[in-house]
Amino acid sequence: MNETTYAELLEIAARYPEKRSGLLPMLHLVQSVSGQVTPEGIEACAEILELSAAEVSGVATFYTMYKRRPVGDYHVGVCTNTLCAVMGGDLIFERLKEHLDVGNDETTEDGKVTLEHIECNAACDYAPVMMVNWEFMDNQTPASAIQVVDDLRAGKDVRSTRGPQLCTWREAERVLAGFPDGLADEGPSSGPASQVGLKLAGQNGWSAPASTVSGSTGTVTEDKVEAVEQADTSRAESETKAEES
Amino acid sequence: MSDTLTPVLTADWGTAESWKLSVYEASGGYGAMKKALAMAPDDIITAVKDSGLRGRGGAGFPTGMKWSFIPQDNPKPKYLVVNADESEPGTCKDIPLMMATPHTLVEGVIISSFAIRANTAFIYIRGEVLHVVRRVQAAVTEAYAAGHLGKDIHGSGYDLDVVVHAGAGAYICGEETALLEGLEGRRGQPRLRPPFPAVAGLYASPTVINNVESIASVPSIIGNGAEWFASMGTEKSKGFGIFSLSGHVANPGQYEAPLGITLRKLIELAGGIRAGHEMKFWTPGGSSTPLLTPEHLDIPLDFEGVGAAGSMLGTRALQIFDETTCVVRAVLRWTEFYKHESCGKCTPCREGTWWLTQTLTRLEKGDFDVAEGPEVLDLLVDQCENILGRSFCALGDGATSPITSSIQYFREEYLAHLEHGGCPFDPLASTAFETEGATA
Repeated sequence: MNETTYAELLEIAARYPEKRSGLLPMLHLVQSVSGQVTPEGIEACAEILELSAAEVSGVATFYTMYKRRPVGDYHVGVCTNTLCAVMGGDLIFERLKEHLDVGNDETTEDGKVTLEHIECNAACDYAPVMMVNWEFMDNQTPASAIQVVDDLRAGKDVRSTRGPQLCTWREAERVLAGFPDGLADEGPSSGPASQVGLKLAGQNGWSAPASTVSGSTGTVTEDKVEAVEQADTSRAESETKAEES
Repeated sequence: MSDTLTPVLTADWGTAESWKLSVYEASGGYGAMKKALAMAPDDIITAVKDSGLRGRGGAGFPTGMKWSFIPQDNPKPKYLVVNADESEPGTCKDIPLMMATPHTLVEGVIISSFAIRANTAFIYIRGEVLHVVRRVQAAVTEAYAAGHLGKDIHGSGYDLDVVVHAGAGAYICGEETALLEGLEGRRGQPRLRPPFPAVAGLYASPTVINNVESIASVPSIIGNGAEWFASMGTEKSKGFGIFSLSGHVANPGQYEAPLGITLRKLIELAGGIRAGHEMKFWTPGGSSTPLLTPEHLDIPLDFEGVGAAGSMLGTRALQIFDETTCVVRAVLRWTEFYKHESCGKCTPCREGTWWLTQTLTRLEKGDFDVAEGPEVLDLLVDQCENILGRSFCALGDGATSPITSSIQYFREEYLAHLEHGGCPFDPLASTAFETEGATA
């Protein structure tokens, strides 16, 4: 934990009206510097935020992106939530475990690749999905996934299917801490699946109405209790009624 | 009658460098912001109310009404928090939106913050989407440089700062009060409501929390008018929404349409169910919304229509599964997800999701006597009844949805696992690459 890092931790805390709000990005910065959440990093965050180390540890152990063991240069996450699993994620994960000779949340002997099965990463239209250092690797097969990890271990350049050439896990963590790396302009606007509806609309001449078109307003309720009754949550309904009573 | 598809939010997703300010402004971007800054804040709230916009993060609460709950006589600062923690299984609309057109979101944040009189706004993005974080960070930086953010925006006297905040991996932080805990640097565990965040939210101050798509819809409402927005959709579910099709359809992807479109129509647009197969079950709005079957293909996908069919519109995350998919495997995997993501705060969810996983795991392996089958299904339903409505937040409720709905529609398939002594399905048959052979 050198002076530069400490200064950057202070800088993160200063972004917020109340400094404790900086804790999540601060822990991302600790990971970018130390390759994991370390006791020293926890102490530094605690000191800056005037918390106990136990309070910071309590937060660090709650969130799955914070790692208590060293992570490799490339964190490879295979989505095995239902849709990706069914579409082939389970098989991809099994093949990668075998190929890399590691279990879940383990790192290869050369320290290059940490393999983990992950939950839904909001790219279901590109299933099966793999994330490398939290960059999208869309529409994978067992063969393509193996190719990716082989190339990464051989030091070859690998690009995200919707982003830049892959950086290291530590570099990625620095961006998540709020220090941009200047790569925002890399990659496409969106991938092919994101545009299927748009293309179809273009082919059929479909569009949103002109701004002069007008429909009837005032059909949606303006009554709070009625609104929660109509909303898709019985929980908010009971809570709102509790508040009203 | 609107066209079948109505690209508004997705309209520029195919445009080169659509994420840049110059490209966004070339197609009229930030025009609605300039119009809004000349309006009275209450008039913006009225316009959003009149439009009929209902929350796009799943619950469908009227957005303008939520804004009107902010007590303006409260001397504390007001805050806008954008929920960009998109994590509900099957949901994949906000991530491409922020990647392709982050300025639509930023413009929406400015207008919405001005309306509720907030001078600080936060965009809480799940941490697992690096390139999306980059694009939103860059958009906010560009907006500051152009004078759209900061002090005295375009001479209006209005100040706004926006902080882009990356989360760290927790599905529960999509729940609005857990998100606030995360944003305050704490473990993401939900808070008791009431008080609602509108009264005591971030730092116990009045706070509006809205989904990305809700906020991104605001510029178009202010730009084109509430009546324009209300010309799309159905009586009580106004406007357009992004419908995300995934799974066993020929062309999965994003289809932006007026609310009320049917899944039959959407599947037709998506080129049908993948060749040689037929639909078995689907989720209308993510895994927390009860499963539906082919008999529900013609229900209007709006809040009322899906509700009447016994499910929820949710986030319009339409996960489509064909006959090669084992429903027990699908449900077990979702249940494992809820178990993993349960925050541990309340007992019914923390313990209940573990019991559900254990029972379902044994069922999937066929590890009960055939004669015990009906009893085991009763046990599962009983476990669900002890979670639904008894847990602290909606995560526990959601965990029961796939189980109870799948038992309702596919009871025989559960029992078949016991008769077969395990899963009767070939998992390879359901994969996207099954045609390439087992050892692809």
